[in-house]
Amino acid sequence: MTTAVIVFPASNCDRDAAMALKAATGKAPRMIWHKDTSIPDDVRFVVVPGGFSYGDYLRSGAIAANSPIMRDLKRKADGGLAVAGICNGFQILTEAGMLPGALMRNMNQKFVCRVSRLRLANAETRFTRLYDAKNEIDIPVAHHDGNYFADDETLKRIEDNGQVVFRYSDNPNGSRNDIAGVVNKAGNVLGMMPHPERAINSLHGGTDGKLFFQSILGSL
Amino acid sequence: MIARVYVGLKPGVLDPQGRTIAHSLNDLGFDEVQDAKQGKVIELTLSGDDREAAEARVKEMCETLLANTVIESYRIELDD
Repeated sequence: MTTAVIVFPASNCDRDAAMALKAATGKAPRMIWHKDTSIPDDVRFVVVPGGFSYGDYLRSGAIAANSPIMRDLKRKADGGLAVAGICNGFQILTEAGMLPGALMRNMNQKFVCRVSRLRLANAETRFTRLYDAKNEIDIPVAHHDGNYFADDETLKRIEDNGQVVFRYSDNPNGSRNDIAGVVNKAGNVLGMMPHPERAINSLHGGTDGKLFFQSILGSL
Repeated sequence: MIARVYVGLKPGVLDPQGRTIAHSLNDLGFDEVQDAKQGKVIELTLSGDDREAAEARVKEMCETLLANTVIESYRIELDD
């Protein structure tokens, strides 16, 4: 199966994402430069990786969200293409209006880098269907702007729709309702601050990220 | 023409940086500071001299890129 990773200037988890996709599919993903204008038609799943695109200038993800490739990504996502934004990728997808809410500076003002325990708020999405609904999973976080904000009305809407996918057990950044990851209404676009691609090999200290990639790839 | 865009968090959105600034000022003995809000100023040098057109364009820039209207509000000032 063909997958892809979008690469922005200062993406630094693009190769980790590529390794995770290769481990799950047996095939290296296509690496797509942000200045490209289209995603090849055979691509079934796209990762928007973590990093510090454009040095986080203006706001994290704001400039990347207006990159040329984003127009085609939005168009194809509207048509049902599966997309996951991880960390800076999550920030980019909210800035692009593909996911609800926004990511703000961490409440405690500190960069947080550690393994975070997550609760599965919705284990029936295509990104989480292989996890046991009761499971708690350990996934690393590393970010300065991971404080998820949505206004009351949006928050109620996404909670009622089951769009909240992951919650922190020990909220490291002040996110509303402990939200660590959300999907769009159609369920094909996910964003999360924790890094499942950093937890696919026991050498990483944990393998709880594996089922994330296996879930989504198995659903395509 | 110079356009100055002031971007700040909307009322009701907690501003951790502003709060830290206020605490720090209190620690320095400025006890009268009850709250602080931080934001940014973006100064744009524009060609052309049609103020009305410039204002409309800068508003478009704010909505497209300069402010994230989920959490931020903005204000535009124009200088000749």
